[in-house]
Amino acid sequence: MSGDGNRRDFLYVATGATGVVVTGAAVWPLVDQMNPSADVLALASIEVDVSSMDPGSQLTVKWRGKPVFIRRRSEAEIEAAQKVALTDLPDQDARNFNRDGADAEDGNRTLDADGEWLVMLGVCTHLGCVPLSDSGDFNAWFCPCHGSHYDTAGRIRKGPAPQNLPVPQAAFVSEGVIKLG
Amino acid sequence: MAGIPHDPYKPGTKIEKWVDRRLPIGGLIHGTLTIPTPKNLNWMWIWGIILTVCLALQIITGIALVMHYVPDTEKAFASVEHIMRNVNGGWLLRYMHQNGAMLFFAAVYLHIFRGLYYGSYKEPREITWILGILIYILMMATAFMGYVLPWGQMSFWGATVITNLFSAVPLIGDDIVVWLWGGYSVDNPTLTRFFSLHYLLPFLIAGLVVLHIWAFHSTGNNNPTGVEVRRDSVEVAKRDTVPFWPYYVIKDLFALAVILAVFIVIVFFMPNFLGHPDNYVEANPLATPAHIVPEWYFLPFYAILRAITDDLWIMMLMPFDAKLGGVIAMFGSIAVLAIVPWLDTSRVRSGKYRPQFKVWFWLFIVNFFVLMWAGSQPATDTVAMISLLGTVYWFAYFLVILPLLGITEKPLPRPATIEEAFDAEHPIEPTGGATSGGPIATPAE
Repeated sequence: MSGDGNRRDFLYVATGATGVVVTGAAVWPLVDQMNPSADVLALASIEVDVSSMDPGSQLTVKWRGKPVFIRRRSEAEIEAAQKVALTDLPDQDARNFNRDGADAEDGNRTLDADGEWLVMLGVCTHLGCVPLSDSGDFNAWFCPCHGSHYDTAGRIRKGPAPQNLPVPQAAFVSEGVIKLG
Repeated sequence: MAGIPHDPYKPGTKIEKWVDRRLPIGGLIHGTLTIPTPKNLNWMWIWGIILTVCLALQIITGIALVMHYVPDTEKAFASVEHIMRNVNGGWLLRYMHQNGAMLFFAAVYLHIFRGLYYGSYKEPREITWILGILIYILMMATAFMGYVLPWGQMSFWGATVITNLFSAVPLIGDDIVVWLWGGYSVDNPTLTRFFSLHYLLPFLIAGLVVLHIWAFHSTGNNNPTGVEVRRDSVEVAKRDTVPFWPYYVIKDLFALAVILAVFIVIVFFMPNFLGHPDNYVEANPLATPAHIVPEWYFLPFYAILRAITDDLWIMMLMPFDAKLGGVIAMFGSIAVLAIVPWLDTSRVRSGKYRPQFKVWFWLFIVNFFVLMWAGSQPATDTVAMISLLGTVYWFAYFLVILPLLGITEKPLPRPATIEEAFDAEHPIEPTGGATSGGPIATPAE
């Protein structure tokens, strides 16, 4: 502190600093109350019975307020997804919650080793619309809002969306039952 | 109040004197109502009053609607239908509120264009201008949140698309979106907070309107010549001005009557003409409508948002993706309006005396409507190209054309005073001869 600093300067600074801290402490609860509340967080996981699904069919369930696509892929869809070269993909990250950091190879997108079960959020990574199934250039998912095309592994191939459709935390808990979250 | 010299307030009656000693509100009202106003204001100077009426109309109809509306995802849509079918006069209140928002925006765009053409943003009216832009931004936020409240398909998906814009923010974007939603998607917590803010913001707007009026009452109104009112004395100032009351009050009331007549025709006979039928379908989080479009007054900015795509060469140079690029362009296109007082280098205020400026200005207006059209169309390649050209012109107008024009353009001669310009436009009729009613040309001397 220079020679000019005196008791009064110290009191100004101390009062000002206290005021900032108190204001922050008063504002924070007002900001934080807008975060998800306890009941919203409590509904974070659900179990889905998929035992009656046929190959080539899709089930859409609501999880955390968003649609989740559960697809039992047909042979042709699996084949189409597997033969895509990694270099053809705009987003080469698997975007799979269960396989953090993996590349976007088809095997890293699916739930089971055979690649039959594909579970992903039905929320376009552009601006959050729900893509339509069995449509678009890859006869898989197509977002009608701004024209994003996804392939049979839910990977972005064409259009403004920056990322593959994300695979949420999901696992088979028993024969024919998938747990989300 | 500072500014143009005018006759001071003199409390006349005993009651006025009694009040004035305790609360000088009479002087405030007198000073505000009788403010010397340039006598040459044209019809583009009516929009301020129209906007004030719009704000009052929205607040009054809004307060009535809130008495019947229920902000709950299970009940919101039904409560709006309840207002339409069961509440006495509810349909009228709702249609006035819905179309009132559109009148509000139509008027604000004309008000802003007036300011841009006549250089109302220039020194010393920069603060008036910036307060105006802040009001406009709050209007957009209010209108957006209000549109979500009926909980129709467009409400829900519009809210989803617009709140998702914030996910483009690097690092904390996803947390911001969850915070805005109060959950993992647009849902009940989102609806209730939007309702709260939709009720709050109009009162903030009203506060800013008071500051806006205070600011331009301090500097005096701009006028079509851009020449300042002379302030040498009350007498000299009177030769350039007329008091706001009664002259402009009557003029503005006439304009208001005409505009409200049109408004009422729309409210009664075509209340949904500018709306979107999809919003009469209840919100469904599992199905997106085929074509999401915002209300018409947001379309130019929606077009700018969509104009930025990853295949543009400029995006190769940018350290961020097209999603963030589009968001930056959209918010930037509004932010650039706020700094126009420092972008326009011309010292000539009114566009009336700037021959080249006029051309670029009208191109800007045409471009605004082209962008509006582009924003309403599905995103095909042609539409994307038109949106991109429109976006480029929008920014070029403010960042390149206005700064350069001030240096290169040779302006036309301006009148020395408002009185001179006024007399040239409205020659005084010679006494005695004017029986036919029309103005008679003064013979050459």
